Amino acid sequence: MPLTRQEVEHIAELAKLALSQEEIERFQEQLSAILDYAAVLQRLDTEAIPPTAQVIELKNVMRADEVSPSLPVEDVLGNAPSRRDSYFCVPPVIEVAP
Amino acid sequence: MPYRPTIGMEVHAQLLTRSKMFCGCSADYWAAPPNSQVCPVDLGLPGALPVINARAVEATVLTGLALNCEIASVTRFDRKNYPYPDLPKGYQISQYELPLCRNGWLEIEVDGERRRIRIRRVHLEEDTAKLTHVEGCSLLDFNRAGVPLMEIVSEPDMHSVDEVREYVTQLRSVLRYLGVNSGDMEKGAMRFEVNVSVAREGERGTKVEIKNLNSFRAVTRSLEYEIARQTRILERGGHVEQVTMGWDEDRELTFEQRSKEEAPDYRYFPDPDLPPLTLDPAWVDGLRARLPELPRAKAERYQREYGLSAYDAGVLTAERAVAEFFEAAVAAAPAGVDAKMISNWLTGELFRLMRARERSIEQVPITPRDLVALLEMVAAGRLTGASGKEVLEEMFVTGRPPAEVVAARGLAQISDEAALRPVVEKVLEENPGPLAELLAGKEPVLRFLMGQVMRATRGQANPQLAQRLLQEAAERRRRAS
Ligand SMILES: [Zn+2]
Repeated sequence: MPLTRQEVEHIAELAKLALSQEEIERFQEQLSAILDYAAVLQRLDTEAIPPTAQVIELKNVMRADEVSPSLPVEDVLGNAPSRRDSYFCVPPVIEVAP
Repeated sequence: MPYRPTIGMEVHAQLLTRSKMFCGCSADYWAAPPNSQVCPVDLGLPGALPVINARAVEATVLTGLALNCEIASVTRFDRKNYPYPDLPKGYQISQYELPLCRNGWLEIEVDGERRRIRIRRVHLEEDTAKLTHVEGCSLLDFNRAGVPLMEIVSEPDMHSVDEVREYVTQLRSVLRYLGVNSGDMEKGAMRFEVNVSVAREGERGTKVEIKNLNSFRAVTRSLEYEIARQTRILERGGHVEQVTMGWDEDRELTFEQRSKEEAPDYRYFPDPDLPPLTLDPAWVDGLRARLPELPRAKAERYQREYGLSAYDAGVLTAERAVAEFFEAAVAAAPAGVDAKMISNWLTGELFRLMRARERSIEQVPITPRDLVALLEMVAAGRLTGASGKEVLEEMFVTGRPPAEVVAARGLAQISDEAALRPVVEKVLEENPGPLAELLAGKEPVLRFLMGQVMRATRGQANPQLAQRLLQEAAERRRRAS
């Protein structure tokens, strides 16, 4: 069952990707193939198995509420493409925060 | 049938932890220089791993217990995906399916009617970076990113702006009693979102959300505005669009931010970096045992035990520190000083001084013991009420005990007849005109003569005694003439 054009466009929108017409068609095929492959797993009977989001059996990993040193400001801003004083500078945000 | 609003609330409250939610950077970001409390975790650098702050979990469970919630036995963190520069990871760590607390309630009282506002859930997430918009660019400071943020979601159980005001006031008071939140809205420690629909009773309206409300005033003003707006549309026979609104603080109006079609798709999924938490019921019970007496229960007890009015009990219990001061004063009160007198002086005179000098009770240098020592002097008639207020003011400024202030100012009340009689005689001799009027039966002039006695004693004369002595002296003269 191939993905529809709209579905690929929606995914591209969420991922902030601009796709050409040709790319949309190509990804329709490729993404569908990935989903078909994943569908094989869905044939397994998981009735008695609780949903799990992790493969390691850790739980209750917490830390005490103690302050540890932060990075020096120059390191924090070390990879910033653009900065103003000690701030990161990003293109003006016009959209409203979710 | 009239239209009525149905209102639900989401309250975001920063937790008073020392460190951030998922890393050891300091959470006390208010005065820190930009980007000085940041590490690879807050920046979402590759390979950085978040680790849950145990105190933040504890504070959230404590809040859930205070709000009568069920506490999860298994809880988990999820990724809420959205692209916005205030979260460099591209997602916020939050809780979706398995919040820490759910199904609680908070009782409010409006116009003598008590109502339970149901709490749908209380969950834990991380705060975002601070964005400042300047010419040509947006500036980002990540100090706030990752500060523990608790979200308290109510059911749409409120039907008036007064109920909403009472709900947020109660909630803030509870959070401050628990010591989990500062309640400091000017610093953004509590932020609000409301959803409101207007409909005739029994009908369903269209839910409109208002976001980014940073004060009680913004909450109530925006709701008043939005309820009026929706009602106008319905009365004209129109229909309300399902939208998300913002609140323009300066112009005091709501504006459309986003329509239903533009609603974001967050694609929540469990955060694989954070193993789930299993909460031990014994640990939860231990926290429950640590819950302090909460403001409404305390206010009811004050009315019952001390015979205070509902209003005074409410004022005394709104802040935990005030309630503790009051209780310490009651415990230290000698005979003759009762809880009502303490309540009157505390909520009257002391609050007036605190307001005038913008001090909180913690900043007042007067101890509860010193306050009741002062009240004892007033109650025993050793100090007039007016002098008592004067002494309290000096105690407020200097922190000196009342006996010292009274001695230094020579304020002790003259209740000794032998000491006061010569003063009264002298006043009458110096005021023959008023005395003649008094003898002629003009009683109001007694007030003037009383004033003269008070002046001669610098306000220290016991007023009842001074009045009696004046009347007796006048009577003697009347008989003698
Ligand atoms: Zn950090």
